[in-house]
Amino acid sequence: MASLSDRFNINAQLEHLQAKYVGTGHPDINRFEWNLNIKRDTYASLIGHQALAAYHAIAENESIGRVKYNFLQNMLLPCGLPPEKEEE
Amino acid sequence: MADRSGVPLTGKAVFDEELYGGAEPITGFAAVAQDVEEDEVDEREAAVASKLASYTAPKSVMADLPMQEDGDDDGLLQSRRIVDRESEYSRRRLNRIISPDRNDAFQMGDKTPDARVRTYADVMREAQLARERDNTMKNIADKRKAEQEAREAELAALDAVPTKASGMAPAAPPAGSAAAAAAAAKPGGKRSRWDSSAPIEAKKAKPASEWDAVEATPAVNRWDATPGQAPSETPGRIWSGGEATPAGGSRWDAAEPGAAAQPKRNRWDATPTPGHGFGAGPSETPAAGKRSRWDATPAMAAGGATPAYGGAMGATPAWGAATPAGGLGMETPTPGMLAAQQAAMGVPMTPEAYQQAKVEREMDERNRPLSDEELDAMLPGASEGYKILSEPPGYEPIRTPARKLMATPTPFGGTPLYQIPEEDRAQAYDVPQQLEGLPEMKPEDQQYFGKLLKDVDESELTVEEAKERKIMKLLLKVKNGTPPQRKSALRQLTDKARDFGAGPLFNQILPLLMSPTLEDQERHLLVKVIDRVLFKLDELVRPYCHKILVVIEPLLIDEDYYARVEGREIIANLAKAAGLATMIAAMRPDIDNVDEYVRNTTARAFSVVASALGIPALLPFLKAVCQSKKSWQARHTGIKIVQQIAILMGCAVLPHLKSLVDIVKHGLQDENQKVKTITALTISALAEASAPYGIESFDDVLEPLWKGIRLLRGKVLAAFLKAIGFIIPLMDAMYANYYTREVMVILIREFQTPDEEMKKIVLKVVKQCVGTEGVEPEYIRTEILPEFFKHFWVRRMALDRRNYRALVETTVEIAGKVGCSEIVGRVVEDLKDESEPYRKMVMETCDKVVRALGTADIDARLEELLIDGILYAYQEQLADESPVVLNGFGTVINGLGQRAKPYLPQICGTIKWRLNNKSAKIRQQAADLISRIAPVMKKCDEEKLLAHLGVVLYENLGEEYPEVLGSILGALKAIVAVIGMTRMTPPIKDLLPRLTPILKNRHEKVQENCIDLVGRIADRGAEFVPAREWMRICFELLDMLKAHKKAIRRATVNTFGYIAKAIGPQDVLVTLLNNLKVQERQNRVCTTVAIAIVAETCAPFTVLPALMNEYKVPELNVQNGVLKALSFLFEYIGEMGKDYIYSVVPVLEDALMDRDLVHRQTACAVVQHMSMGVAGLGCEDALTHLLNYVFPNIFEVSPHIIQTTTGAIEGCRVALGPAVILNYVLQGLFHPARKVREVYWRLYNNVYIGAQDSLVACYPRFEDDGINSFRRHELDVFI
Repeated sequence: MASLSDRFNINAQLEHLQAKYVGTGHPDINRFEWNLNIKRDTYASLIGHQALAAYHAIAENESIGRVKYNFLQNMLLPCGLPPEKEEE
Repeated sequence: MADRSGVPLTGKAVFDEELYGGAEPITGFAAVAQDVEEDEVDEREAAVASKLASYTAPKSVMADLPMQEDGDDDGLLQSRRIVDRESEYSRRRLNRIISPDRNDAFQMGDKTPDARVRTYADVMREAQLARERDNTMKNIADKRKAEQEAREAELAALDAVPTKASGMAPAAPPAGSAAAAAAAAKPGGKRSRWDSSAPIEAKKAKPASEWDAVEATPAVNRWDATPGQAPSETPGRIWSGGEATPAGGSRWDAAEPGAAAQPKRNRWDATPTPGHGFGAGPSETPAAGKRSRWDATPAMAAGGATPAYGGAMGATPAWGAATPAGGLGMETPTPGMLAAQQAAMGVPMTPEAYQQAKVEREMDERNRPLSDEELDAMLPGASEGYKILSEPPGYEPIRTPARKLMATPTPFGGTPLYQIPEEDRAQAYDVPQQLEGLPEMKPEDQQYFGKLLKDVDESELTVEEAKERKIMKLLLKVKNGTPPQRKSALRQLTDKARDFGAGPLFNQILPLLMSPTLEDQERHLLVKVIDRVLFKLDELVRPYCHKILVVIEPLLIDEDYYARVEGREIIANLAKAAGLATMIAAMRPDIDNVDEYVRNTTARAFSVVASALGIPALLPFLKAVCQSKKSWQARHTGIKIVQQIAILMGCAVLPHLKSLVDIVKHGLQDENQKVKTITALTISALAEASAPYGIESFDDVLEPLWKGIRLLRGKVLAAFLKAIGFIIPLMDAMYANYYTREVMVILIREFQTPDEEMKKIVLKVVKQCVGTEGVEPEYIRTEILPEFFKHFWVRRMALDRRNYRALVETTVEIAGKVGCSEIVGRVVEDLKDESEPYRKMVMETCDKVVRALGTADIDARLEELLIDGILYAYQEQLADESPVVLNGFGTVINGLGQRAKPYLPQICGTIKWRLNNKSAKIRQQAADLISRIAPVMKKCDEEKLLAHLGVVLYENLGEEYPEVLGSILGALKAIVAVIGMTRMTPPIKDLLPRLTPILKNRHEKVQENCIDLVGRIADRGAEFVPAREWMRICFELLDMLKAHKKAIRRATVNTFGYIAKAIGPQDVLVTLLNNLKVQERQNRVCTTVAIAIVAETCAPFTVLPALMNEYKVPELNVQNGVLKALSFLFEYIGEMGKDYIYSVVPVLEDALMDRDLVHRQTACAVVQHMSMGVAGLGCEDALTHLLNYVFPNIFEVSPHIIQTTTGAIEGCRVALGPAVILNYVLQGLFHPARKVREVYWRLYNNVYIGAQDSLVACYPRFEDDGINSFRRHELDVFI
């Protein structure tokens, strides 16, 4: 009994901690939301690592700034519009 | 009162108001509290000061008497009620009234508010009226005072004429003359305005010219104005909607003595004025005409003023009818009064009052004077050769006023000592009734929750009644229930808050919070209820804003820190829920309330609102209030709000500093002194909050401030100086220098002030000025120092703790500018002063100055004087606890370093002599001093002396007093530390065996010092001692693992490490492993730590085999101990662990598969530490293997194992990389069972937070889904 409520507490604490970060998931997350996070993380990583940005710049024959700008724009709706209903 | 001309023979005791003080101290109190409050600097100080005031003043003690009796009746237990610990000032919260709901302007839209609803305009009008009335009263009082003074002379002549009034009544003669004396002696200015009325009336007999003044007495108005309050059943005083002011309540009651004396003037009128409300009252008694001026005071006024207060009521039903009972009820009920009052009104007593009355009666009965018969029975009589002496002629029994006051008249006839409680089932007072499913109800709860006791049919109740009942039940559960009851009730209240509605909720909660019997815990719970409910109700609370504030504001000045925080939180939430406009509308009328208490709390509440809603939102309002032309109170409060904002928000005021200063600056030129004072205090608070920035915002106030200090005196000057003190440090060097010179003239003048508060402020300002950059040392030396030392370095300053501290701080600050020798040279002579506190102050100053500045500029002569003085101070100090002298001694000697050499022999001589002193404290100080100066002695090449001291200390190891023994061990430790093991005398091989038995000592100080010493020897000089001795010590040490003090346990564990290193780990390890079998958990834990430390110091391979072998013992504790030791071991050895992983894997495999939870848990901890240590060292194979054993534990439910499992997985993430863990986790992220998903997502989130970036490369590939593009094409790019 006690341990059960404790467990609730400790998990609640952990979840509280995790909820502070954008991009963490939860048991009821759907494919779209998870992928949204993954894609944004990916773009953020590509923008953040100068070497990766340079690599893409060469591959796409664009300036590094342009590549970064494009990635940044892509972060807006990386997976397209969210699905309409699902649960409803 | 039947006969007003004298003291009645039967019935109540009646006291002379003039002689015994009557009710006046009550108002006297208010005056005291107000004064104190005005110059309050921060709330803590105010709390202390107001407390002091109420304890010191004899008058206030008198006034407190009924209160104290009240407390005593509750029993001898320490009361937990809030009222009992509150200061008189805080208690004024009980005077406030929960005002009726107000109109919510936002809900009304364009409609005109209903006439019955109180709007903002109504409230403002009432506040205005109250203020005007207060002004009028004050004018009247002033006028009367003037008149009285004019009459003093006239009266003096009359004093000589004897009157026959002295024969009127037995108790009257002293009263008559005393009344005159008191009247003559009364300066008038001291008393507050109310009590001045009685003596004036008493003298009214003479001059006919005073008629107009008599007509102008406020008595008539007073009665009209008394709040028409119905005697409500709850003392929570919900205002029942009379027209009069809410604030006046208790004041009118206090005024009664004056009013009671009123009828006397009817003698001149011949007919009673009907308007008086006395009806056919006392004024018609024939006696009134006969009375001479001298007896005018006694009986009549006493009825109103003395504790017989209620008694008077009981006796004269006319009174009861005329006096608004509601007003009476507002007084803090004293038992007698309550009882009598209720008896008179035929109201059944509350159980509390009944109980108190009973106890009181019993007290009276037990303490009544002994009768002659009783004395005869007790004492030996004439038959045994004794005789009864008659009392000497002229003997009068002592009737001290205090004793008389204590002798509360017995309210009921007959005094049953103990009575068997009646078997009356209808009203069982004494037995708290218990309701089904509800917590116990205390007697004082019955007035709030009494309704619950009635049996009702729930189905017959209206919706409203049912709701009320439900809320009542829930509140009772919250207030008195067990934690689970409380919790569920709280939740229900929160969840259903909107269903219940704001009105019904607050109408029940708020009176409870005003209850005089509330305890801290209950208040906390109820405040919590409000907090929760606020969130739910949101804008619905608007009409109740003011009510809530009335109840919550007192929390802001509570002495308990948490109560203050709680209060702030509630008010902030309220502000957010109700919005700024509503808050302003609710509090605006209180800003110029006549009661200082209300204004003070309102100012604080406003500052909380400002911090909740942002300062800019409040600025326009504050600006308007601070410029109010209508009343100085409004300006005062407005400025005080700014002060409180500065105190509350600190440097957050910076963005608005300019506007805040602009708002208050004109207050410096206000015509009202109080406004000036608070403005200066506000500016100092703003400057303090914004330091070291923002000087440009203060430009406008500089001139008035500096002008002000030249013109002003007293309290205002102190406030101005304080403001300057805080502004100067913000300035540039050049300006600071200039302004310091300007202000210093005044400061130097004020050096000689007798006012304590001023002294403190002056000291503080000097400190601030001197500390500023631009002030040159030369200026300080010539201008400030002479006066400063003349006025402040006197013995008296050392007596008050706060003065002491301020003076030392300021002097040290000055020393920072003018140098060490300048200051030390001035005070050094005083080290030989005869006052010990003063010597201490000097010592502390020397200590701090030398510590801060060193001794470089102390010349030979001064050095000699200093050492001489210090030695004197050291020898003369009485045995007390404070380490001031010792610290000073140590600091100075250490500061001198090698220069101390010539003095060391003398010092050591003193120490040696004092080591043999009779007093334990002196011996202890001597030993402590050795440990402080040992390093210097070494530096001065006095090793021989040191060694000699070592021997002396060694001889003293037989010391009985543990405190002294501890110090001696400490001193030995210091000596050993500086001269080393080889040259130590006595030699280590003699010293250590002497220490072994001392290890058994249970005193913490002895243990700690002893173990430190032993540990040091084991560390540095283990070879001097035979291994056998070390083993013996090991056994002793095991006991010390149980010590309460962590430092001892840590030292013990470390010592195990040293010993193991010295004599090899085998034997020590055996001892420790055996110790794993003991029952006590802490002992085992410490043992495992010791094992780990032994392993660390002697390399793990010497320990691991034995340790793992021990795991074979089929005993839970031992196996867990082994695992725990492994866990510590891997934690300590870090990356050294890479060589040992493979050897312990089998043990861990076994442990991770064990049925026992703790095995798995501890093994997980091992994996965690191990993986963290070997990250990146190529042990991935073993770790992956172990991770496979760890992973199934994620579904465990116990929090400990969950924690360690998560920890182990996190450790593996670090060592193996997030990709591996991600692959484990992916298996369950979209598991059909939610419980499983929960666990996996938690793990995923941990990995994600830990390695968000690196996961990018490891996510699985997703295919596009309809319109959604999930593919990450960017990852497919290659060159």
